Amino acid sequence: MSVLIFIDQSEGHVKKASFEALSYGSKIAEQLGTSAEGVVLGTTNEDLSALGKYGVKKIHQVKQDSLNHLDAQVFAKVIAEVAKSTGANCVVFSNNVDGKAIAPRLAALLSAGYVSGVIALPDTKNGFVVKKNVFSGKAFANIAINSDIKVIALNPNSFTVSETGGTAEVVEANVKANAPRVKVTATNKVKGEIPLSEAELVVSGGRGLKGPENWGMIEELAKLLGAATACSRAVADAHWRPHHEHVGQTGLAIAPNLYMAIGISGAIQHLAGVNRSKVIVVINKDPEAPFFKAADYGIVGDAFEVVPKMIQAVKKLKGVA
Amino acid sequence: MKILVCISKTPDTTAKIAFTDNNTKFAEAGVQWIINPYDEWYALVRAIELKEKDASTIVHLINVGGADAEPIIRKALALGGDESFRVNTNPTDSYTVATQIAAVAKTNGYDLILTGKETIDYNGSSVGGMVAELLDMPYVSLATKFDLNGNKATINREIEGGEETCEADLPLVVSCQKGVAEARIPNMRGIMAARTKPLKVIEPVAANALTSVVNFELPAPKAGVKLVPADQPEELIRLLHEEARII
Repeated sequence: MSVLIFIDQSEGHVKKASFEALSYGSKIAEQLGTSAEGVVLGTTNEDLSALGKYGVKKIHQVKQDSLNHLDAQVFAKVIAEVAKSTGANCVVFSNNVDGKAIAPRLAALLSAGYVSGVIALPDTKNGFVVKKNVFSGKAFANIAINSDIKVIALNPNSFTVSETGGTAEVVEANVKANAPRVKVTATNKVKGEIPLSEAELVVSGGRGLKGPENWGMIEELAKLLGAATACSRAVADAHWRPHHEHVGQTGLAIAPNLYMAIGISGAIQHLAGVNRSKVIVVINKDPEAPFFKAADYGIVGDAFEVVPKMIQAVKKLKGVA
Repeated sequence: MKILVCISKTPDTTAKIAFTDNNTKFAEAGVQWIINPYDEWYALVRAIELKEKDASTIVHLINVGGADAEPIIRKALALGGDESFRVNTNPTDSYTVATQIAAVAKTNGYDLILTGKETIDYNGSSVGGMVAELLDMPYVSLATKFDLNGNKATINREIEGGEETCEADLPLVVSCQKGVAEARIPNMRGIMAARTKPLKVIEPVAANALTSVVNFELPAPKAGVKLVPADQPEELIRLLHEEARII
């Protein structure tokens, strides 16, 4: 009996979402009075033993170059082998792009109950009940997993990373991966930008900005804050901004520490994608904009006057000339 | 070429979210039901586009649910599906739904199975992956572009901060999102034709739900917005720095 945590890596680096999954999985192990172990697929160029600070005692690495690109079928099979060898009865993923691809396959392979989008530790006093987001962030559901093995995917930015110290023992797992049937031929990553799904701070613009030529101030403010940029559906549909910046019910759902909405009225579909943000700031010239009802801080004013002044204030705060 | 598109019934995106029976059931009164947007706008429309390019393509639809799903199935047929299956059972959890879809897919044999990236009610993002596993097919999730050349699919999929292009041979399961296709509106001819297209009701295979809903909760209401005068944006920055401590 143990908890197994999938450690997600890209280009040899462990993703931030995995630190949360490791902390979360270790806490579950504590609750169940068992141990937490990690599994990494592919080759890495980081000291994996340092991940022990998140509470895992042992990390199983399956070092094969073919595992540096995702084929969910191959990954699920390998993780299932490791889960069997460690006697895992709970497997934890981050509910990120890779988790969404692999975890449901693994669950079906192990005939395990699967819950994704989990936001809190399970209630294990009586069974195994997890809380997840439903209705695109408009409600929560408590779901009981009734199978022997449980697979859960933790929403990014919903569990605070805790460091308990210690190092993990890293062992090479003797598992042979099948040849991938999905071959990655090209990667197109926006260099230097913070991925929206991992961003702690987000500055977002809407139709109120009138056109793509006015995004300079949004980008400048975001850069000064170390924030990612996002946009509303109307903006993505008009091709003012790329699709991957669209947040909302039919775009990306995010939960950063700060979501700053500039010139976005706050339609219910947009709110569904951002209402789990810890602090929401709304800047809109319409005092009746529905977004103000969901906001923590707000300015009723013209973005073209307010944002440049905010940029000056942030520069002053950060000591930038 | 035979394509199966998985269709889920969800509340409209503007539906009021409330619960009844001691917060154990979604309050359905007055709710408008739609085809899950990701299933309709991207998976279904892309399947129809492939059929328009190659007239020998057959597009089947599948829904796991009660008779109340038939209006949305008819709409999907009006958009261009050839025929539809409705597996007559309650979609209790993603595993039971995937089991039903996999059983129908096994019987009929498909080259391509398309789903939306997730439903907008349970946000599971899990049925596609489970179906792929149950059928031992490769799975590409969160596709933003999908092209076919003979037996080979070229797919763009989301990664953190960008996209990657990948290739896989059919048969294949793909979950679709924005970029794969553009939403359409059914035309009158399609609506008329949909009335007589086959909608086959089949009984479910045995499947045990592995999860169950205990209850639902609504988020606590916000305390209220703190407004800063428009001529003092520096005060907002100060509050975010000193009070909220997030910048």
